[in-house]
Amino acid sequence: MSKFKKKKKGLPAISTASLPDIVFMLLFFFMVSTTMRETDLVIKKPVLPTASEVKKLEHKSLVSTIYVGKSKDDRISGDKIQVNDKIIDIKDIPAFVFAERALRKEEEVKFMTTSIKADKGANVGTILDIKEQLRDINALKISFSTTKGSNLKTNY
Amino acid sequence: MARRENSDINAGSMADIAFLLLIFFLVTTTMDVDSGIARKLPEKTEDAPEVTIKEKNILDIVVNRNNQLLVENEFVQVTDIKRLAMDFIDNGGGISAAKDGNPGEPCDYCNGAKDPASSDHPSKAIISLQSDRGTTYGMYVSIQNEIEGAYNELRNKLALKKYRRSYKDLLDDYKNNGTESLKTKVDFLKDSYPQIISEPEPIK
Repeated sequence: MSKFKKKKKGLPAISTASLPDIVFMLLFFFMVSTTMRETDLVIKKPVLPTASEVKKLEHKSLVSTIYVGKSKDDRISGDKIQVNDKIIDIKDIPAFVFAERALRKEEEVKFMTTSIKADKGANVGTILDIKEQLRDINALKISFSTTKGSNLKTNY
Repeated sequence: MARRENSDINAGSMADIAFLLLIFFLVTTTMDVDSGIARKLPEKTEDAPEVTIKEKNILDIVVNRNNQLLVENEFVQVTDIKRLAMDFIDNGGGISAAKDGNPGEPCDYCNGAKDPASSDHPSKAIISLQSDRGTTYGMYVSIQNEIEGAYNELRNKLALKKYRRSYKDLLDDYKNNGTESLKTKVDFLKDSYPQIISEPEPIK
């Protein structure tokens, strides 16, 4: 017996006591970096068109998103525009952008981008109307949100 | 005996619990990167200066509500646009616009056909995209994508010739460490083939 005991003393087991700490640290990192979807779509989820020449949108905090798609109710036709959990009229877009600008610092306003997430079946007329509204208030940086891919055939 | 019962709580399962939580958050985390085709809208000016542009310096793309395409009054497919746009932009049949008092000069980096009936210079070449209100957005994005592709490929060709690096490589490098020399290179490429896209009022 005494022989065995001696051996054990010479090579103690690695302490796993700090393992929870490490795992907790990782856990907290993911908890903090996780972003739950902040907007719930009240329109049908837009099926984004495919494009090959895409650019990643930098500075996520400076991006305001406009969704364009069909209403969830099939009886209602036409394109619906959604920002921040509610459906709005085209005329209300400037108000939305102004509200978004108010949340940012003065010097960041000129780097703000408007991302248009529109269904590939939406009418160009709606998109051009949005662009016109954005032009009116000098929100000139826009991005047509797309999924990356090379098969453009699925777009039309 | 009582001391033995009060021995310290087994913390071994703590790790399991934490792991469980960790895996949950790992799975639910979505780092969706928003990507798309970036465009800069033209500024609205009260008094737009009257400029006369020669017909040959405009590439007319018209798309109707049935998603049918006309480029320079010829029926084409979306996949043809890139080639047509590249031929048009890179034509270099004339001289550039006079800048800062310097007279215009011919395009020395163009590889086009130098057709006098097509565009004079990349800096003068305008692509006009006239769409219908009823055109689907997918079609519209496809056309924008092809135009963007044409410009990118031309810039890439020039970058390979001049700097022996791809345009994308230069852009990535510039984004990661923006040195002055890289900026001049990227700006040069962009200035050589500036994106001039005009979108007239849609057909009602």
